[in-house]
Amino acid sequence: MSFVLEVSNIGKSFQDYSSEWKRVLSWFGLKFQPKEEHQILKNITFTIAPGEAVGIIGQNGAGKSTLLKIITGTLKPTTGGVRVAGRISAILELGMGFHPDLTGKQNVYHSAGLMGFTQDQIDVVIDDIEAFTEIEEYFNQPVRTYSSGMKMRVAFAVATAYRPEILIVDEALSVGDAYFQHKSFDRIRKFQEQGTTLLIVSHDRGAIQSICDRAILLEGGTILKDGKPEEIIDYYNALIAQKENSKITQITQEDGNIQTVSGTGEASILDISLYNQKGESIEYVSVGEPITLAIKIEAHKEISKLVIGYLIKNRLGQEIFGTNTHHHDEVVIDTSKGDILEFSFDFDMNLGVGSYSIAVAAHGHDTHLDANYEWRDQALVFHVINTQHKEFIGSSWIAPEIKVNNVR
Amino acid sequence: MKRIFQDIWAYRYFILSSIKTQFRARFARSKLGGLWMIFHPLAQVLIYALVLSAVLKAKLPGIDSQYAYAIYLMAGLVGWTLFIEITSRLLTVFIDNGNLIQKMSFPKLSLPLIIVGSALINFFLLFIAMIVVFAFLGHINSLTLLWIPMLVVMTIALGVGVGLVLGVLNVFIRDVGQVMTIVFQFWFWLTPVIYAPSMLPDEYRHFLSWNPMTGIIEGYHSVLVYNKSPDLSQLIYPMIVSAIMLILALFLYRKSNREMADLL
Repeated sequence: MSFVLEVSNIGKSFQDYSSEWKRVLSWFGLKFQPKEEHQILKNITFTIAPGEAVGIIGQNGAGKSTLLKIITGTLKPTTGGVRVAGRISAILELGMGFHPDLTGKQNVYHSAGLMGFTQDQIDVVIDDIEAFTEIEEYFNQPVRTYSSGMKMRVAFAVATAYRPEILIVDEALSVGDAYFQHKSFDRIRKFQEQGTTLLIVSHDRGAIQSICDRAILLEGGTILKDGKPEEIIDYYNALIAQKENSKITQITQEDGNIQTVSGTGEASILDISLYNQKGESIEYVSVGEPITLAIKIEAHKEISKLVIGYLIKNRLGQEIFGTNTHHHDEVVIDTSKGDILEFSFDFDMNLGVGSYSIAVAAHGHDTHLDANYEWRDQALVFHVINTQHKEFIGSSWIAPEIKVNNVR
Repeated sequence: MKRIFQDIWAYRYFILSSIKTQFRARFARSKLGGLWMIFHPLAQVLIYALVLSAVLKAKLPGIDSQYAYAIYLMAGLVGWTLFIEITSRLLTVFIDNGNLIQKMSFPKLSLPLIIVGSALINFFLLFIAMIVVFAFLGHINSLTLLWIPMLVVMTIALGVGVGLVLGVLNVFIRDVGQVMTIVFQFWFWLTPVIYAPSMLPDEYRHFLSWNPMTGIIEGYHSVLVYNKSPDLSQLIYPMIVSAIMLILALFLYRKSNREMADLL
């Protein structure tokens, strides 16, 4: 299998010596035991093929940035190795090493030099860089007069002046104005079409799901999951809600989708169904049809406060609508053990044509992050079809009334 | 080892442009810009010349000129300044650039070379200013000036060797940086920069021979003040020390490379 990046069995630990002199002496071959060793990464192994877009997610301290630094080469792994076929460009710290008193153009030459380019190579692309930034005459002004958005434009333009084999994109890209964000994403996508591999670090579910075709979840310095972005992100969300005694299971359903269930288990979700006006359980819903979402919950313990929430997601996993009983002042207080409660939510299915999934959660507060009894992603999948309305596109049904007046 | 030098060669353009950038940035917001690069050393030399010859009227054994001491002192200072600029900046080179080293992947050894380059330019300007002032004072240098490049190379070798060893250690043991700023002051007075070794009492004079800078600075003195070629026998010891320090520096750099970014 061909790859652009091969990470094999990487481990990274930081050694603490009781005295730094012992560290220095250990270089000369003297044996000293480190006082402490902090293991940041262990047994990280994966390969990435050309043109793949991989999202790396994980909680703070999971080892994401250490891993990226090892891939870019600024940190050396303690064990294992990284093989890279081609050049890596990182949009990690945009504007790194910009000198405020130099002009944008001078800084471009300087930071491109830092990336290893020669003057001749930069001469070839300097006009493209200037054009891409669209900062016009500011390009020849000192950088200290720039807004942070302008700095970021220049930095992005330099980092992507030449197509790298691997492009590492950090959260940093989410700064800047919407127009330039679109422009930069266009460039990133174009690179990807030409075979550039993307490594994206983000907490933004939408960004990962719309760009990546694979995601890697890091937790406690190891790879916890590696797979389809949707599945990984559902698992990650369950993970941040995870408390002690909580467990996460993923069930592969008949249609190939993966249902993620997590929680501490004080309450469990027995059944979720959609009903039409006639009380029939349905899977296909017509646009605008009034329906009932019924959720049956069993309490396994006495629960002082029980909140039920649901979230409708489209086929890409993007959130369409979600709410919970806390926000609607329908909180159930003091259940007894063994109680079975049925919640029903009536609404009109004002969604566009397509398939959707519903995630359901039973928890103790206004969010599922605290006291999460059970959270079930992809609990129910349904399809919206258009049988009685005029043709339209998009994810929502917003019925227009159209009038035409001749006003002349 | 070969890799290290290949990497640096690939970054030659970056090193040159960084040296240029440093000077550009230093004078970016001044009207006279690059002219300051000449005014600063010129002023420094003129002050010594005026104060020491007109006001203090210090005499120097061996030369009969009212400017003798001023010339002697400037000759020593030009060499010492080159050495101490390189050494003291290398002492903190990795710490000062810690952020960059952690974020960007590039050959770290290009940073010391940038420092050597800009120190060399500063030296050159100070040196030119000095030769011009010497000429005005009636002290014309002869072709023995051709020894200067060799002395400069030796000064750089010792400065880089010492500075790099300390610079690597300073990343791990930050006290090194604090201690060295004091040591450098002692070192200055323990080197015959502004006094002649013959001025010292006999029983202390032999201490100077332990100091590798003594031979080098004496070299500057004999070329610039006495128009004589340097005493080569005095230069062997500094050469050996430089070689040992440079080898030690490369060894430490390679060994520490794995952990350096962790501790910055």
